[in-house]
Amino acid sequence: MLILAIDTSAVASAALVSDDSLESVVGSFATADTRSHAEVLAPGIEQLLAGAGLSGADVDVIVTGVGPGPFTGLRSGIVTARSLAFVWQKPLYGLMSLDAIALEVAESTEAAADFIVATDARRKEVYWARYALAGSQLPQLLDGPHVGFAADLPDLPVYGAGAGLYPDVVNAVPEFAARQPEALSLGQFALARLAAGEQLLDTTPLYLRESDAQVPGPRKRAL
Amino acid sequence: MNHHPRSSAPLVLGIESSCDETGVGIVRGTRLLANTVSSSMEEHVRFGGVIPEIASRAHLDAFVPTLREALAAAEVRLDDIDAIAVTSGPGLAGALMVGVCAAKALAVATGKPLYAINHLVAHVGVGLLEPGAGGPVDGGPAAGSGNALPENLGALLVSGGHTEILRIRSITDDVELLGSTIDDAAGEAYDKVARLLGLGYPGGPAIDKLARTGNAKAIRFPRGLTQPKYMGTAEEPGPHRYDWSFSGLKTAVARCVEQFEARGEAVPVADIAAAFQEAVVDVITSKAVLACRESGITELLLGGGVAANSRLRQLTEQRCTAAGIRLTVPPLSLCTDNGAMVAALGAQLVMSGTAPSGLGFAPDSSMPVTSVSA
Ligand SMILES: [Zn+2]
Repeated sequence: MLILAIDTSAVASAALVSDDSLESVVGSFATADTRSHAEVLAPGIEQLLAGAGLSGADVDVIVTGVGPGPFTGLRSGIVTARSLAFVWQKPLYGLMSLDAIALEVAESTEAAADFIVATDARRKEVYWARYALAGSQLPQLLDGPHVGFAADLPDLPVYGAGAGLYPDVVNAVPEFAARQPEALSLGQFALARLAAGEQLLDTTPLYLRESDAQVPGPRKRAL
Repeated sequence: MNHHPRSSAPLVLGIESSCDETGVGIVRGTRLLANTVSSSMEEHVRFGGVIPEIASRAHLDAFVPTLREALAAAEVRLDDIDAIAVTSGPGLAGALMVGVCAAKALAVATGKPLYAINHLVAHVGVGLLEPGAGGPVDGGPAAGSGNALPENLGALLVSGGHTEILRIRSITDDVELLGSTIDDAAGEAYDKVARLLGLGYPGGPAIDKLARTGNAKAIRFPRGLTQPKYMGTAEEPGPHRYDWSFSGLKTAVARCVEQFEARGEAVPVADIAAAFQEAVVDVITSKAVLACRESGITELLLGGGVAANSRLRQLTEQRCTAAGIRLTVPPLSLCTDNGAMVAALGAQLVMSGTAPSGLGFAPDSSMPVTSVSA
C-alpha cells in the first residue's frame, strides 16, 4: 500500500510511505519554517512523486494531518489533500497531527509510558494531547487534543516544540524540544493503523478555537 | 517574455476565494460554460461584516463540492481542461490561501498549466465573455470585435472589498490604476452605515431599498476627497484627484443619528439612507467620469457587487451618457465575485501566449493591478 501523507499543522511536509519499502519510507520533505505552505507544498509533492518515479495513479490512500495547528497553514494541507483525492479518486483520511510526534516518541529509546505531546498554538498557548505506551503497541491517545497554557499541562514528560517554548513551566524532553509534526511519521502511523484494521479520522480540521468573531455590541458614540 | 503555445478557444477552469464567495467557473475561450458560486454570506450576517476566519473555514468545505458542481454544469471532465486559473490577490490572505492551495493541487494532480490571476483585472475579464453565452447582455465591450477589447476601455469596480477605477490598454499586460478608495470600500461603508441605522447585513440592498422612500436632499453628507487641495486641476492633479474616501462619511452619518437622538427626535432613517446613498453614488460616479474624460476613456465597464445598486447604475448611466461614454454592466451574477471571471481572464492569458505562473507563487493580499498574473 502506497500512502501520500501531508501535514501542515506547523511546518509544511509531505511523504510517500509504503509497506513495500525499508522502514516504509519512499520519500519525504519538510520545511524548516511554518509560513511558506502555499509556496512549497504543491511543488514539493510534485517533486516527491517525480523523484520516486510515481504518479497519482500509484497512490492508494491519501492522509492529511487535521491539526490542531494555526488555521491558515492547517487548511493549506487539508485542501491540498482533498483536491488531490478528488482528482485521483483515492480514499482520503485524516489523522490528528500530534500523533506524528507521538509515534516518534514511541520509537525513541527512552520513551515514557505516559506522556504529553505539545506544539505551538501561538498566543502564549500550546496544543497538546496525552498518550500512553504499552509494550510495542502504537501510542494510544488518552486525552486531547486541547489548547491551553503550558503551565496547566498534567505533570508528565512533554515532547514537541510546544514544550521547548516553555521549558520553565513544563517537563520538556530536550531531544524533542524543537520537534514539529511531520508527514513522514504521520504517514507511517497511518500505515500501521490501517494494517492493524483501525479506523482513521475524516479530514474535518481540529481548530479547537472559535473564529474570534465578535457579534457587534451597541453602537459606539462618534461624538 | 516567455511565451506558451496559443490556443484559439482554450477550456479554462477558474477558481475564486478572495472574500466570502467560493467560485468555480469554466469557459471555452470567450464562452461561459459554468459559473458555480457558494457563498458564506449568511454566516457573516450576525457580525455585520465579513469575518475573514469564518470565510476561510467556509472556503475549505465548499471547494470540492463547488468544483464538482461546476464540472457537472459545464459537462466537462478535468482531463479536458487546458488550463487552470486562480485568484492570487488582492483579497483576504487566509481566504486566498485556500483557493491557491486547491488550484495548485489540481495542477499537480492533472498536470495542467496554472495561472495566478489578479482579482481586480478578472472583474474586467467578464466583459470579454460573449453576449448570449452568459456574457454581458447588451453587446458588451467585446461585441463585434472577436475577443479583442475596445480601445479606451475603463472599468469602475465597486464592491464590499474594493472601489477602483482602472484603465485597460491590454487586459493581459497593461492595466493601470487611476484611482481607488484610500480607506473603506464603498460596500463596506454601506455595511457600516446599515449597522448604524439598524438595517442589518448586507447593507447595500437594505439601504438601496429604504432610500427609495427617503428624501436624499433632506440632509447633506460630505463627499470625501473633493476639496481643491485633493483634486487639483486636470493639468496639475492633486494627490487624490480620482481617489475616494468613505470613512469621514460614515462618521458624519453617526454624528447625524446621534444629534437626532440627543434632541429626543425620531431618527429619519429613510432620509439618512437616501442622503448617504446619494453622497456615495455622487462622489463615485463624478470622480469615475472625470477620470474617464481626462484619460480619454470612452467605454466603461461597471463591476463588483455594488453594481446591483439601483441608484449607482442610474447615475453612472446618466453621467456616462452626458460625457459620451458607453457603459456596460454585466449580469449581476458576473459582477459579484465568481470563478467565471477568473476563468475568462485565464483564457485571455492562454490565448495571448502568456506563460503560466508555475506552482511556486504565493497568494498576495495586496497584489497591484499592474500584475495581471503572477
Ligand atoms: Zn471582487
